[in-house]
Amino acid sequence: MPILETRGLNKHFGGLHVTADVNLALDDGELHCLIGPNGAGKSTLFRLILGEHAPSSGSILYAGGDITALKSFERIRRGMSVKFQVPGIFKALSARHNLEIALQHHLEGGSLDAETDRLLAFLNLSEVATQLAGNLSHGQKQWLEIGMAISLKPKLLLLDEPTAGMSPAETFATGEIVKTLNAGGVTILAVEHDMSFVRQVARRVTVLHLGRIFAQGTVEEIVADERVAAIYLGQGHA
Amino acid sequence: MIRHCRFIKLLEGPQTLGRGPLFWGSAGLVLLAAMAYPLLADGYTVGNTVYFFTWSFMALGLCLIWGYGGTLSFGQTAFFGLSGYAYGVLTLNFGAAYGFTLIALLASLASTAVFAAVLGYFLYFGRISGVFLGIVTLSVTLVFERFMAQTAGPEWHIGVARLNGFNGMSGMPPLTLPWFGGNIVLFPDIGLYYFVLGLLVPTYLGLRILVNSKFGNVLVAIRENPERAEMLGYDVRKYQLVAFVIGAVLAGLSGTLYTAWGQYITPSSMSITAAALPIVWVAVGGRGDLTATLIGTLAVLAAFQALTIYGSQYALVVMGLLLVATVLVAPEGLIVTSAKLAGRMGRGSKESA
Repeated sequence: MPILETRGLNKHFGGLHVTADVNLALDDGELHCLIGPNGAGKSTLFRLILGEHAPSSGSILYAGGDITALKSFERIRRGMSVKFQVPGIFKALSARHNLEIALQHHLEGGSLDAETDRLLAFLNLSEVATQLAGNLSHGQKQWLEIGMAISLKPKLLLLDEPTAGMSPAETFATGEIVKTLNAGGVTILAVEHDMSFVRQVARRVTVLHLGRIFAQGTVEEIVADERVAAIYLGQGHA
Repeated sequence: MIRHCRFIKLLEGPQTLGRGPLFWGSAGLVLLAAMAYPLLADGYTVGNTVYFFTWSFMALGLCLIWGYGGTLSFGQTAFFGLSGYAYGVLTLNFGAAYGFTLIALLASLASTAVFAAVLGYFLYFGRISGVFLGIVTLSVTLVFERFMAQTAGPEWHIGVARLNGFNGMSGMPPLTLPWFGGNIVLFPDIGLYYFVLGLLVPTYLGLRILVNSKFGNVLVAIRENPERAEMLGYDVRKYQLVAFVIGAVLAGLSGTLYTAWGQYITPSSMSITAAALPIVWVAVGGRGDLTATLIGTLAVLAAFQALTIYGSQYALVVMGLLLVATVLVAPEGLIVTSAKLAGRMGRGSKESA
């Protein structure tokens, strides 16, 4: 049974159709990557799922209920969580404090401290726990935000370009973090450009092009698909 | 014991400067000095100090809304005026017997809270933010001022209380505590001094606990990154609204205490000049910290009054220059910046030792 399902999802800004009739279903426990050339509508689809944009038509079902009319924070409280493309952290607060603010939903006192320590270690951030989040390296900021996103113990985790700006080593480490989370039962939908990351983590891939679902399949099928290669290579000629 | 520790932790958590025995020892000494002060000074000076204290509630409220919550409210003096007029109307109509002034104090704060909740609802749930929130709140303040200024005619009265237009309302009774064998009337001297000090200390400590609590954590998170805060499952609007109402009630408390102190209130307490001054007090000390705001406010008020001897327009120009200088040199506020510098130097010398 799908944990997330979009039905005939449309979003247009004036005459521009950014999302066109998207029917996407995510099975519980899946690790699904969303790829597509720039302007394909990946980020808009994310914002629709998160409730930052209202769809022009269509509906979004999550964990068996229709969430199309719910506000963002209500969707989060039902078990969604997100890591943004540009790290969305609290820059003037310490890394530790960032995590505490996310964790205080369901923990307090000693158990909050223990969970904060555990997450800091899991994300390789123990050394910089007391530093202001704004002073961390780019990769550390990305991990910190992943940490905040998983602090909520989500059922569905949305990752928007989790490895943007990372070195190959950091990208690989991020891939391992994502796989560990998925093995722990978290359903993950990731937008990603880095094909090495997609190969490392994904089982199923959806290709978005001009707001529509262009292709869907296993990583191997998508990599072998010449039409997919063509839209990436032939953007200028399309 | 654990409860006790948590309480201490909230008093000196990450959102407030000042922790440890040195800070609390000094704070205790300052409090002792403040309590001994009326014994050493004459009645007029004590009354004047009460005047400074009455304003600091409004500054602390603005610190909460602006420094911690990240939204600049230009409307603090609207709540100040509303509450002051409410106290005047109630006490002029019902007198001061049986401790009614205290009921009038609470009722004036309640009316301010209701008004702030309605205004804040439209602001925050209407997603008005940034500079627009400042513009709307300032407009509300100026509308209040204009309205009250044109109530000179005899037709403008509530019960026996004449609103009196630009001359304002006067003659309301001072705060009066009912006591066995006779009421204690809090004229602006020693009695009122201890009453206001007795409100200021718990307000300061209570706000410290509030900003270091879970609520304060979320408030600061919203200031830093509202989108992220919402995506952690927090209803950003509710937190901002609650902070706004608390800040407004504190401004109202200033207004009521001020009215009871001077036994008058005029529309000019809501003028654009009056509305701008709290922003100067809070910005100069450091809006991001309650202690810095409190010390900064009292210092700037004392300086302002000292300068007023040479002419009030001249003093206002100095206030403007002070604000510009703060924004350019130490945008976090003079006290916050010095405290951070001192902290860094302290740490540096420890590390090198």
